Amino acid sequence: MYNVKAILTGLLVFMAIFTSPFWLNQLGVDYKRPALAMPVGEKECLAPTDYMRGEHMRLLNEWRDLALRQGERLYTDARGRTWEINLQNTCQGCHNDRAAFCDACHVSNSVSPYCWNCHLEAKGKS
Amino acid sequence: MLELALRPSPRFRLWLAALAVLLVAGLIAYLVQSKAGLSVTGLSRDVSWGLYISQFTYFVGVAAGAVMLLLPTYFHHYQDFKKLIILGEFMAVAAVGMCLLFIFADLGQPQRILNILLHPSPKSVMFWDMLALSGYLLLNLVIGWTTLKSEQHDLPPPPWIKRLIWISIFWAFSIHTVTGFLYAGLPGRPYWFTAIMVPRFLASAFCSGPAILLLLCLALKKLAGFTPGDRGVRGLTTIITYALGINIFFYAMELFTAFYSGIPGHARPIVFLFSGHEGQIYWINYWMWACAGMGISSLFLLLNPQTRHHPQILPWSLGFLVTATWIDKSLGLIIGGFTPNTFGGITEYIPSLTEICITLGVYAAGLILLSVLWKIVLEVRRGP
Amino acid sequence: MVRRDFLRKTSLSGLGIAGLGSIGGFAGLGGLIARTASTETPTAGSTRWGLAILTTDFSRNPEIIKACHQAHNVPDIPDKKQKIKWIWEDNAQAAFSEGLPSRLAGELETRSFLLLCNHCANPACVRVCPTRATFKRSDGIVAMDYHRCIGCRFCMAACPYGARSFNFHNPAPYLPASHPAFPARMRGVVEKCAFCSERLPLGLAPYCVEAAKDAMIFGNLNDPDSEISHALHGRLSLTRRPELGTGPSVYYIL
Repeated sequence: MYNVKAILTGLLVFMAIFTSPFWLNQLGVDYKRPALAMPVGEKECLAPTDYMRGEHMRLLNEWRDLALRQGERLYTDARGRTWEINLQNTCQGCHNDRAAFCDACHVSNSVSPYCWNCHLEAKGKS
Repeated sequence: MLELALRPSPRFRLWLAALAVLLVAGLIAYLVQSKAGLSVTGLSRDVSWGLYISQFTYFVGVAAGAVMLLLPTYFHHYQDFKKLIILGEFMAVAAVGMCLLFIFADLGQPQRILNILLHPSPKSVMFWDMLALSGYLLLNLVIGWTTLKSEQHDLPPPPWIKRLIWISIFWAFSIHTVTGFLYAGLPGRPYWFTAIMVPRFLASAFCSGPAILLLLCLALKKLAGFTPGDRGVRGLTTIITYALGINIFFYAMELFTAFYSGIPGHARPIVFLFSGHEGQIYWINYWMWACAGMGISSLFLLLNPQTRHHPQILPWSLGFLVTATWIDKSLGLIIGGFTPNTFGGITEYIPSLTEICITLGVYAAGLILLSVLWKIVLEVRRGP
Repeated sequence: MVRRDFLRKTSLSGLGIAGLGSIGGFAGLGGLIARTASTETPTAGSTRWGLAILTTDFSRNPEIIKACHQAHNVPDIPDKKQKIKWIWEDNAQAAFSEGLPSRLAGELETRSFLLLCNHCANPACVRVCPTRATFKRSDGIVAMDYHRCIGCRFCMAACPYGARSFNFHNPAPYLPASHPAFPARMRGVVEKCAFCSERLPLGLAPYCVEAAKDAMIFGNLNDPDSEISHALHGRLSLTRRPELGTGPSVYYIL
């Protein structure tokens, strides 16, 4: 093999840079879950909080397809309660502060969903 | 084998550098477009496709044109194209690559392009076009690379390659058929709504693809000392002549149907393309007349035995041919399809500078890919 | 119904293409043939929303357009060539091209016709869409999924009515001043009228119909007793470009 030294050094440098996020993360502060403004007067969403935290985007996608494509506007949750499928009115009816609820978590996780490009955002109580 | 592309050659480097400049200009223009949306193009409600889709259509044809080398060689055991075949296959690779880039540049939401695979819709011709094009890209890449590898080691190509080549011959027809169907199946677009659209596409592809290949080979002869072989050039010229004749004949048939029938819808786009609307002349009119003039002169030069194989005249006949087919199948096709619009009104389409820069950038990308692939071929043939 | 029966029969009898079609969702030969036959056949028991426009009274057209565009957050793009329109007006020649006699009665020539998506029985736009972002609902409405549209504009080339608009610009700066509850769209997607599919479940008529007072009738074309069926019965009405086989659901009563 030619240029063994150069190739090996190059590989090592590459590996170091490539895996740097993992190393650098060890030095930084621990991730702290942001404090979210939970709706007042409501105890539980249409599913347990853990599920909603991890899977709300999937649920929203399902809702979108149900409402738009099947014309299905009502959703019955596991506890038998019925909800109108509507991001603007149902979801944001309780979670009525985008900045303090949605964005707080999205920003700290570096995700930027484009829901509000089109859907009217909830601005919180004024 | 890829490392052969790096063999030192100052002229080749200069060429690549020039293309890279063009590519960067295209990328900057694309950044502008992705920031401001397609509003920076000359497109409109009425002419909703423009330069990008027109170039896409033309280069699908160029890609399919490579089959004019394969078919005589593998179905008729014609020997004189042997040296040109790999070049043709790699040209098809570059052309399909350009097509994909043009489609990407045309989308309003390019980051969602995979929706075509996530939500496959077999009723849409575009779905099939995507399958056909990516398949063709893969076929040509595999065939070209494998045969070149065998050539490098002085071995006969593996036997399975022949089967792939057979598939690729039929596949070439399919890509252009499907591309024709993009247009020919739409109600309310009389310029496209013609059963002869696919045959016209094929005829145009089978003269323009080989003509571009031949022009590039003649350039290589001057620049890199590549010899395409006299008999190969003559054979290809003959094929090009037939295809151009058929292409022009097909267009004349369109003219007959449109004007003899007296049905206004079919005649209107052609009238607009050649003479504008109600006394007003549009830029496309000059281009269409140039197209007709060059197409017919090219046919004349290619039909006449004294000029057909004349080494000084041939590049001109081919140049005219390429320009004429390019105008007809890109600008003419798209503008004629959308003007007059469905309300009988005229909305003029003028490509914007951004659009032109992006288009040139895609050309540069295609040429870079082509140059690298062809350089490898030439270096393999030059030996170690 | 005709089409479904046809498909079922042909696939049962093992006719290859149609059989494959019903499995893969591919409009096989059977589907294509049946489609041309079933354009205008009303199917009892099912819904096919339609609109009848009384063209004699067009004084309220500007109001109607405004009502729709405001409520649906349709941006007002200054550049005429790249405008977004869900519903707009034009003259008889533009609306019906060769479909009208060349010598119109004087008054008819000056009429202004409201143009909008025809919610075709055989929509060409739906056929060509590579992602099924535009689709036909079982109630006949040709709907759009703006989340899925990739902005290829194939549907605009396919629509013979010019009913589709592309968001060349980011619409946000051009939205109506008051912010209606209906979502807006984003740059790079195609949009059009959806027959107010958001209002129908609430028992409300489309905004245009509401603003038109009595000049528009909305209802189920498949129900022989609906108001729209009665209005169309025995009267001369036109649809746009019927020769194309698209089967429009918007009728113009002359």
